[in-house]
Amino acid sequence: MQKILNIIRGLGFRTIETLWRFGAMVRFSGLILLHSGMSFRRISLTIREIYFSGVMSLVIIMVSGMFVGMVLSLQGYDTLQKYGAQEQMGVLTALSLVRELGPVVTGLLFASRAGSAITAGIGLMKATEQLKAMDMMAVDPIARVVAPRFWAGVVSMPFLAALFSVCGILGGYLVAVLLTGIDSGVFWGNMQSAVDVRYDILNGVIKSFIFGIAISIIATFEGFDAEPTAEGVSAATTRTVVTAALSVLALDLMLTAFMLRTSS
Amino acid sequence: MPDTNSITPLVEIDKVDFSYGKRAILKGISLSVPQGKVVAIMGGSGCGKTTLLRLIGGQLIASSGVVRVGGQDVGKLDRDGLYDMRRKMGMLFQFGALFTDMTVFENIAFQLREHTDLPEEMIRDLVLMKLNAVGLRGTAKLFPSELSGGMARRVALARAVALDPMLIMYDEPFAGLDPISLAVVGQTIRKLNDALGGTSIVVTHDVMESLQIVDYLYFISDGRIVGQGTPDEIRASTEPYVRQFVHSEMDGPVPFHYPAAAYADELGLTPLKSSDC
Repeated sequence: MQKILNIIRGLGFRTIETLWRFGAMVRFSGLILLHSGMSFRRISLTIREIYFSGVMSLVIIMVSGMFVGMVLSLQGYDTLQKYGAQEQMGVLTALSLVRELGPVVTGLLFASRAGSAITAGIGLMKATEQLKAMDMMAVDPIARVVAPRFWAGVVSMPFLAALFSVCGILGGYLVAVLLTGIDSGVFWGNMQSAVDVRYDILNGVIKSFIFGIAISIIATFEGFDAEPTAEGVSAATTRTVVTAALSVLALDLMLTAFMLRTSS
Repeated sequence: MPDTNSITPLVEIDKVDFSYGKRAILKGISLSVPQGKVVAIMGGSGCGKTTLLRLIGGQLIASSGVVRVGGQDVGKLDRDGLYDMRRKMGMLFQFGALFTDMTVFENIAFQLREHTDLPEEMIRDLVLMKLNAVGLRGTAKLFPSELSGGMARRVALARAVALDPMLIMYDEPFAGLDPISLAVVGQTIRKLNDALGGTSIVVTHDVMESLQIVDYLYFISDGRIVGQGTPDEIRASTEPYVRQFVHSEMDGPVPFHYPAAAYADELGLTPLKSSDC
């Protein structure tokens, strides 16, 4: 009986703690918005962060996109040729990438590449009292350190996701046209007629933008909230990757359901 | 207390209590820091010295009592008021807290760039002057990771006085320094205070260095002030805690042993009875 009670108590405790952290994160998001003025007034601060989280992620995003596009094309060919529909390979690759894989895989990669770096960076600044020192110098750490990183993530994500899709389509093209011998004109022509700017491309951009907001909030919050010790920072970094990845997947499900409903 | 009749106190702490949760850190502390003086707050590790500095800087709020800086009640200031007050303060953190992604130059220029509209050439000159004052002009282009502990502390010192503050607070400025760096940092604290016409509070447990550079000392133990005086008064003090601290005696009011059960009992030894002999 005592064991069951302990389990229930533990469950309640975790629920309360999760809710508390969620509340703290929402409050933190409000503070970021409130103190975002400096990120735009002194745009060089945000551009510097865009370089660190966006530009430095280019290689991993482009290479991954290329591989994913190639695999999609190979798998697509294997199935489509059974029905004699291999001309649709361009459509399959483009729609999968633009609608789903582009934003989602970029979100997952961005969370692990840039999100973890943002958390570790802010967490270490906290552990070495740099944030406290800044606060004592009458400079708000949320305005000076957190907000530029947040906006950099929000701005970078849609561009990275678009680049992922472009590289994926190029990878798909290489496999479809050069390897399996599909006509280049058919590949591009079918793709052009099937992909809709509003329902496919714009929806993909909206998704990646929302993922960018989620990942950036989680990464900055976990860094700012980290225990100021080596273990604390490492635990916060892990939490960022896990929470951000799960949030991207859960948000994707919600957004897809919403978008399919509005498009039908 | 220091002679507060002739000199206005810049910092006044009046019957301040502070606790972290249920753990009381400061218990009814009162002290004052006169303008233009260097005052040391001394005591063992964990006695509440750093907490006191954070109360003065407004990073913590006292549970009861009043902390006044320049006549303003710190506990009643809003965020803007606090930031206005902090612009006139400099603080040296225990481990320097230099911004690791900036060069030494950028670290010292940080506040000048954030709080003033000075042209870049003037900022450059001011930064080099501050660095020259701590003898490290040659390190301007280095990153904090390329400095030794003593050098990092001196750079942090230069950063703390970048805006010529009215009050400079030093949190353990001597911790972990070799004797040469320690003397250099000590002398620099005194010289900067006199050159800037500022007021300094040095939180430390290094008695010998403090006795040489400060005007007045307070001793804190268990959240209370247990001794105070000028360096000469402290050297001559017969107060047990001050004596133990100044003469580095192992045992005294601060016991050598952490409370524990009787030694013999823990080792399983029982005293021999006289009948056994």
